[in-house]
Amino acid sequence: MQIVKHDININFVGRRKLALIFSLLLVVAGLVSLIARGGPEYGIDFAGGTLIQVKFSEATRAADIKSALKGMHLKGLLVQKFEGDSQEFMLRLQDTSSELEGMAQQVGAHLEQAYGKGTVDIRRVEMVGPQVGKDLRKKGLMAILFAMIGVLICITIRFEFKFAVGAVFALAHDVLITLGAFSLFGKEIDLPIIAAFLAIIGYSLNDTIIVYDRIRENIGRHPKQSFDQTVNGSINETLSRTILTSGTTLLVVLALFLFGGGVIHNFAFAMLVGILIGTYSSILVASPVLLVWDDMKKRRNATAS
Amino acid sequence: MSKSIKLRGGVVLLCLVLSMLVLMPTLFPNSTPNWLKKSFDPLHLGLDLQGGMHLVLRVDVDKAVESRVDGLVDQIEGELRDKDIIFKRVSRTGNDRLTVVVYDDEAGRQIDALMSDGVYADLEPLTLETQGGYIEKNFRYSTEAVSAIKDNAVKQALETLRNRIDQFGVSETVLQRQGSDRILVQLPGVKEPKRAVALLGKTALLEFKMVADNVDPQAVAGGALPPGTRLLYERMVDRKTGAVTQVPLVVYDKTVLTGDLVSDAQVRIDPRFNEPYVSIDFNAVGAKRFDQITAANIGQRMAIVLDDTVYSAPVIRERISGGSAQISGSFDEQEATDLAIVLRAGSLPAPVTILENRTVGPSLGLDSINQGILSVIIGSIAVVVAMAIYYNLAGLVANLALVLNLIFILALLSLFKASLTLPGIGGIVLTLGMAVDANVLIYERIREELRLGKTVRNALEAGYSKAFSTIMDANITTLIAALVLFQFGTGPVKGFAVTLSVGIVSSLFTAIFVSRVVFDFFLERYQVKRLSI
Repeated sequence: MQIVKHDININFVGRRKLALIFSLLLVVAGLVSLIARGGPEYGIDFAGGTLIQVKFSEATRAADIKSALKGMHLKGLLVQKFEGDSQEFMLRLQDTSSELEGMAQQVGAHLEQAYGKGTVDIRRVEMVGPQVGKDLRKKGLMAILFAMIGVLICITIRFEFKFAVGAVFALAHDVLITLGAFSLFGKEIDLPIIAAFLAIIGYSLNDTIIVYDRIRENIGRHPKQSFDQTVNGSINETLSRTILTSGTTLLVVLALFLFGGGVIHNFAFAMLVGILIGTYSSILVASPVLLVWDDMKKRRNATAS
Repeated sequence: MSKSIKLRGGVVLLCLVLSMLVLMPTLFPNSTPNWLKKSFDPLHLGLDLQGGMHLVLRVDVDKAVESRVDGLVDQIEGELRDKDIIFKRVSRTGNDRLTVVVYDDEAGRQIDALMSDGVYADLEPLTLETQGGYIEKNFRYSTEAVSAIKDNAVKQALETLRNRIDQFGVSETVLQRQGSDRILVQLPGVKEPKRAVALLGKTALLEFKMVADNVDPQAVAGGALPPGTRLLYERMVDRKTGAVTQVPLVVYDKTVLTGDLVSDAQVRIDPRFNEPYVSIDFNAVGAKRFDQITAANIGQRMAIVLDDTVYSAPVIRERISGGSAQISGSFDEQEATDLAIVLRAGSLPAPVTILENRTVGPSLGLDSINQGILSVIIGSIAVVVAMAIYYNLAGLVANLALVLNLIFILALLSLFKASLTLPGIGGIVLTLGMAVDANVLIYERIREELRLGKTVRNALEAGYSKAFSTIMDANITTLIAALVLFQFGTGPVKGFAVTLSVGIVSSLFTAIFVSRVVFDFFLERYQVKRLSI
């Protein structure tokens, strides 16, 4: 079976302006949402706070839970259904307690008072102090930065610097858009999301390099061809592979998104967005950037000489 | 069959057999022979899957320095009295400094002579001030001494926490120092998180102080405490209602006896109220000192203070020379047991606070495992079907490689004793999707070569060799991202980095090496004329 005909020849490179506008729209939409909300919405891993996952033996409502906890005067209490289940809820609060009698125990005791003893099961508690949150935030940012620098070096060694520029540009593009999507959908950035971002970097790179590899090969094979043509031909030649691999990866991530459970839901969401954008960027961003960079350099050389 | 195929096929089979052996204890725990169970542990599950507690504690090392300086202040005071040096006062000023105030130069010289002595060598003389007829001599702990004290405090805390955990009876615990003042504690499968936190977090500093009965606690509650005393609160429990009240009590600052002289602590039952109490035995030094103190203070009250809370303040009726005392405070059985544990394990050199606490109950862990397995199965089936439809028989070869890949990943994780976490399962799912990529690359190349009119054998040869460098380049960069993640990650995220890295390496092997062996085998055996790809 073939999805993409082997002699396909779509003029991707010629449509780079269109792609640029599309990318810009996505990036700007994300940025506007980020600015409007005053930065990314950090989960407790990065903002500090307490997360309590509670299962009740009978269905209840968020409003009832809130009123049961009213006496505690909790700061920034958020109550959300877990996986849309009306028996299981996630409570998020800004307060942390470094003391012995933890926040979760107090919350549990208050809930039992309202709902009856033995009807409340605290399934998960995560408490991150503000200092640790700050540390983790810094570490997460550093990790993404280091991964990009590592990639830049690796591609410069294996290819040329201009390829590295295109690849890193595409990566920044992917991460920025995924970040924007998180903000648009009001999802929180947590530690596993950073892991997802790095996986997206890895994946998008994988895609980009396969196109680059073909470009390198075709430069050797058709030295007389213009760089534009070589790039476009290479994208087309690898198109069938790009679509198939993205397809299988999307299938598994979709399985994770739909069946993996609430704990991993946001992680799967990040991967889903990231892989879609990563596939698009390796076809329509990484290689055009390569061309733009090449043009700029040629023009600069021309004016210099 | 050619030698090369036999050899390569042998390698693949060997890997498969070894992997199955490694995985036996995980997959079939009941029918695995004992010798195998002994050599290979079952796949280790992270705290988010098996349930448990992950704590990061901070040791308040500044407090450790302060209490060391406090100790020196007492020691200097004692020595000055012994040597009949006249002084106005010795006190701690700030975190790591102390001040000795004397009346004249003569005493000042005597102080200098004393302080240059070996015991106080870590104290650096600072400024010297003369004010209104007094000479104020300031000393400070040297930077090295301060950092040594801090370092020691964390080491000691680690040791004490280890002792406490050992008595708590949880297996496979992790206790690790992180950075300068943090301690990571992991308690897998812990049933009573509340109790664990209470046990670990308690400083358990036991002190005996004399009660200043001549001072009315009500009068000083406003703040005017006589020098050398402090206000503490006694914990009173109403036996009928169980209500806890705090009663103010003024005690002398000086600690007459501390908990480090305790040799044993046991729970006993008080027959009068049928209520547990903790009986403590002092070691030889402690017993002697207790004997002296009780002898000197008959008729006075002695407060038993634990972490700045007075548990009881009985009147000393007679000299006690047996070397044992009891702490009663209307405990329940559990509280008494835990108090005995912390007293036996010793006190923490400084208070600890909880910076991070992640607790997953076992029921949620089980749900996560089931959902994780479900998504791995559904994801794999989807990929297998897609590959079979797209590449026909060659797709089946890729699918064989995929299944082997899954087995190898699990075996490698088990072999490395890496923990499988929920993001780790996510990593496996992701690897499965990406693992077929290498096969896709190779197959697309083979199709291209076939279109050029090459024979099956040549097309295979060219497809594999041309795709090889692409596959390598693409995977090495992903590996870089995974390694960065490993460096940075903690807990579950690290699990993701591990499975991703292992998955990449393993998928290179199955997609390039294993699938090639299968193709070569069929080519040789059946004289394939047309490739189903």
